[in-house]
Amino acid sequence: MTKIDTSSPESVLPTPSHTVGPFYGYALPFPGGGDIAPIGHPDTITVQGYVLDGEGKPLPDAFVELWGPDPDGNLPTTDGSIRRDPATGGYLGRNGVEFTGWGRIQTDANGHWYAHTLRPGARGHSAPYLSLCVFARGLLVHLFTRIYLPGDEAALAADPLLARLEPVRRDTLIATDGGNGTYRFDIRLQGEGETVFLEFQ
Amino acid sequence: MTLTQHDIDQEIAAEHAAYEKRVADGAPVEHHPRRDYAPYRSSVLRHPQQPPITIDVTKDPELVELSSPAFGERDITEIDNDLTRQHQGEPIGERITVSGRLLDRDGRPIRGQLVEIWQANSAGRYAHQREQHDAPLDPHFTGVGRTLTDDAGFYRFTTVQPGPYPWRNHVNAWRPAHIHFSLFGSAFTQRLVTQMYFPNDPLFPYDPILQSVTDDAARQRLVATYDHSLSVPEFSLGYHWDIVLDGPHATWIEEGR
Repeated sequence: MTKIDTSSPESVLPTPSHTVGPFYGYALPFPGGGDIAPIGHPDTITVQGYVLDGEGKPLPDAFVELWGPDPDGNLPTTDGSIRRDPATGGYLGRNGVEFTGWGRIQTDANGHWYAHTLRPGARGHSAPYLSLCVFARGLLVHLFTRIYLPGDEAALAADPLLARLEPVRRDTLIATDGGNGTYRFDIRLQGEGETVFLEFQ
Repeated sequence: MTLTQHDIDQEIAAEHAAYEKRVADGAPVEHHPRRDYAPYRSSVLRHPQQPPITIDVTKDPELVELSSPAFGERDITEIDNDLTRQHQGEPIGERITVSGRLLDRDGRPIRGQLVEIWQANSAGRYAHQREQHDAPLDPHFTGVGRTLTDDAGFYRFTTVQPGPYPWRNHVNAWRPAHIHFSLFGSAFTQRLVTQMYFPNDPLFPYDPILQSVTDDAARQRLVATYDHSLSVPEFSLGYHWDIVLDGPHATWIEEGR
C-alpha cells in the first residue's frame, strides 16, 4: 500500500498527518532559527508571543514556522536557512546576509517564542502578512494562521480574509504594536480568544 | 481513576464506528486525523473548537502560502541521511534502509526538497532530556537525519530499526515502532509532519495516535512495505514508503524547477 501508483490519479491519496510528539528536539529546531532577518537590515521587526492551550497554559513543547516575503513583497527562493558544517556535522546557521524568509522557533519553558525577520511587503489582494504554522505534542495536524501587522488600517480593511471575520476573531490575527519595531502575537489553540486558523483549498 | 488499555480500546472503537457512520451517511472520506481525538489525551486541550476558515487559493495566485521555503546542498551534509555514521562507533540494532518518493496529489515528484526524520534507538529510547523511559541510550545513535529529494522525488535513509516504547497516555500504553518525518512541498500549504510504521506490528490496534486516522485505507498509507530490492546484501533490510503531500499548490510555480 505504500508504493503509490502514479499512473491512476485515484490511487494518489494523501499521506495522513500525525503529531510531532515531544521528542523532535535534536531533529527540527536549530540555532538561530528565529534570526531570519539579515544582520543590521533596517526593515527588521521582532515578532514574539506565547502558545497557549485551552486552559490558558503555555506550551513548552511546541514550535512555530514563519514564512513570509521581503519588504518589497517578493518571496525568497534562497536556501541556507539550516546551513550545515561538513567538518563537525553541526550547524553553521544562516550567513546573516541572505534572506531565506523562513524560520523555525521552538517555545521555551515558558511557552514563549520570538523571531527577528523583515517587515513583509504586500502581495496580490492581501494586506502584508507572515504565514505561521504551529506544531505541538497533542496536535494531530499542524495549524496555519497569519500574522498581520497593525498600522495601515486601510490595507487591513481591504484584506479578503480579515474582511470575512467578526471583529473579535479578526483581532486574533493582528499583532499588537509594542513599539520600536516589536510586535506581540499570542497563539491560543482553544477556548476564549481562540486564534483564527486557516484551511487552504 | 486509572485509565486502562480497555478504556482506550472502547474509545477508539467508538470513534471508528462514528467515522464509518458518517461516511455511510454520505460524508467525505477523512484522510487526516481530527484534531479533536480524545483517545490521544494530549489533544484534549490543544485542538481548536472553532472550524478553520477556508481560503480558496484559486482566487489569488500571489498568496504567501502558495510558495515554499527553499533548501539546498548547503543545508545538508553528505552523511546526514546515514544515521549509523554520525558517531565514532556503530549504533546497536538491525540496520535498515528506508526509501521512497515524495509526491504531490497529482502524483508528480517533489524535487530537491527537504526531508527530516527522527526516531528512537533500537531499545526504544529517544536521545532527549524529557524522555522518561529507562531503556538504554546508545552513545553511537542520536536518531536524527535529513536529506534532499532527488530529481525523481526519491529520498533514502540508512538507520537502525527503532524499538517500540511505553508512554503515559494510559496504563501500559506502548507506541508501535515508527520513524517521524517532516516534509516540505512546492507550497507551504503542503507542509506535512507524520510518522512511518513497519508492517505487521502487533501494537497497531492499541495505539491511539495511529488510530486517530480513522479511515482504514488512510491508516495503511502510514505503513511501509518490506522491499527486498532495497535490502543491501550483508548490510541492511529495505523498506519502501512513498509520501503524498496534501494541500493545494500552484502548478505554474513548479514550471522549470
